[in-house]
Amino acid sequence: MSGDKKVIVEIKNINKFYGSTNQVVKDLNLEIYEGEFLTLLGPSGCGKTTTLRMIAGFEEPTSGSILIEGQNIENKEPFERNINTVFQSYALFPHMTIYDNIAYGLKMKKAKKDVIRTRVMEMLELVQLGGFEKRYPSQLSGGQKQRVAIARALINQPRVLLLDEPLGALDLKLRKQMQLELKRLQRKLNITFIYVTHDQEEALSMSDRIAILYNGVLEQVAQPWEIYEKPATKFVATFIGETNLFEGYVSEIKDNEVTAVIESGIIQGEGDTFELNEMIAVSVRPERMKYSLSPVEGFHLEGVVKEQVYVGSILKTIVMIGNGNEIRIERLAGESLPAEGTVYLYWESKDAKLIHTADHVFYQAIENIQMGREEPV
Amino acid sequence: MNKRKLKSTVIPSSIMIGPVVLWLAFFIVIPLLYVFIMSFCSIDEYYNVVFKFTFTNYKGLLNSNYLYVYAQSLVIAFITTAACILLAYPFSFLIARTKSKKKTLLYMLVIIPFWTNSLIRIYGWRTFLGTNGWLNNLLQATHITNHAIEFLYNKGTTIFGMVYCLFPFMVLPLYTAIEKLDGSLLEASSDLGGRKAQTFIHVVLPLTASGIFSGSIMVFIPTLGYFFVSNILGGGNSDVIGNLIQRQFQSGNNWPLGAALSIVLIIITLLLVKLYQKCGGDIENLGV
Repeated sequence: MSGDKKVIVEIKNINKFYGSTNQVVKDLNLEIYEGEFLTLLGPSGCGKTTTLRMIAGFEEPTSGSILIEGQNIENKEPFERNINTVFQSYALFPHMTIYDNIAYGLKMKKAKKDVIRTRVMEMLELVQLGGFEKRYPSQLSGGQKQRVAIARALINQPRVLLLDEPLGALDLKLRKQMQLELKRLQRKLNITFIYVTHDQEEALSMSDRIAILYNGVLEQVAQPWEIYEKPATKFVATFIGETNLFEGYVSEIKDNEVTAVIESGIIQGEGDTFELNEMIAVSVRPERMKYSLSPVEGFHLEGVVKEQVYVGSILKTIVMIGNGNEIRIERLAGESLPAEGTVYLYWESKDAKLIHTADHVFYQAIENIQMGREEPV
Repeated sequence: MNKRKLKSTVIPSSIMIGPVVLWLAFFIVIPLLYVFIMSFCSIDEYYNVVFKFTFTNYKGLLNSNYLYVYAQSLVIAFITTAACILLAYPFSFLIARTKSKKKTLLYMLVIIPFWTNSLIRIYGWRTFLGTNGWLNNLLQATHITNHAIEFLYNKGTTIFGMVYCLFPFMVLPLYTAIEKLDGSLLEASSDLGGRKAQTFIHVVLPLTASGIFSGSIMVFIPTLGYFFVSNILGGGNSDVIGNLIQRQFQSGNNWPLGAALSIVLIIITLLLVKLYQKCGGDIENLGV
């Protein structure tokens, strides 16, 4: 994202504990820009929903602060924040008609009747539900309920819309359709969307930026292509898409070309922040993996074709290498892949992403031991 | 469909339903019919029931003293119900929103007295509130007052006793309704700009109204019949319909008139239940 974008939500050093020991969000720092579609992505229990609920005001951070348009919202109740939420279970009021559900926000603000009427009709138009105003939520399908939930959240013209796995309950086809619609709405209204999901495909296709959380720690914030092409951590590399991960240590550095020793041989990749003998992981996406039927110059890993799977548009081949690990190769259907026998795997250095594996927690622990703050066990 | 299979399911089901039908017949239908027939019977000069058809009992119900007691019963039942709602609502909310062990404890606070005979508990209150009771002794010992206060024998104490006895009947349906309330709806209301009071009026109250309805029926109807509460605590000036019935079957010794009064009470009950259904209440929620 370019630097001239205005920050609308600023999360500063947020920590959240449930009870005294269960820390669900760990020192989270995140800036969210005006008009962007930011996705909080991670497996269940990673802290993404808790983070969203703290922005909405349903939960209070144990420490740290949240700023919206530069204002600290710590002591503001949810109804005092210019933020609205689309709930995972829609949370439509079952005893109210669709009209009353959508009008709720304006009624609470004691808007005039005719203003409410015009706005509700506009909202119904916006989500393509004209004519549904007299029905009750129980008379609508999942997708329609979803639209009502969005219309209801948008009627107060929030600066930021929070969406908590809004498409989780829909079937695949409807989900795809709603993804496009949400994206269209977001562009049209130019509202900041903060979107929580555990579905990486959804995140990749909709977001301007993705923030990946794992065990309460923010692993990486970047644009979708960057998350995929340049994963910052081992977790991001394995969580987003499929990848082949090799672990080893740096044995040689020449300019930005790094050579690493792994269990099954010697491999190469590119990177410029690495040190000699450092423990690293090397991630090579299945579609970037190359093979040859005879040994190639430079580095290669020898393996035996184990299995071939045809999944419509893609042909997958699994090759077992020396240490028993399985390496995946993917090609578009129609391209040829060896079905059996010995192959030699290699890749271009630029296609291998190098990742520091000893994370900061590990470094910190070593530092502590060296400085005598903590006795080694 | 397989005929044999059909037949084999018919026989056991009749065996299973049989005892229930007999039970209902012996303990509900026959006694009710008996009361109904009795209400049209006459009495001779020795107060013996004679099977001679008459409307006298029903005409007697329009006696102005009785009309006064009907009205008084309805007022007492109304106040009791209102007081139960006001007390039980926050309490039920507390139970529903409390987690784990504390919840069981709070629940038990309602249930355990419920298991104890209410007659004994009401006598307990009489002992406690009497002019020579614990409360008066305590007040005098601490010099808050220097003479005994008469707490008993008025409408207020009767209503207090009714509320005390029937409180669990209000808590249980309310608790069920509040427990079902989806917390995300409250969050949604708050999120859309609803203050706490607005959320309560527009979301919480309408969605728990069914509990208030069921609880009200389950408190209002017994209040009309709980004669022992007004007997023990009210001392004769806070009669409910139940007192009239009891008196005719005992000291009055006019069973046909008592039966006619019972029929009136049954009709009031049925009308209230009908009203409850009209308001959208589910009859199954009244099951005790």
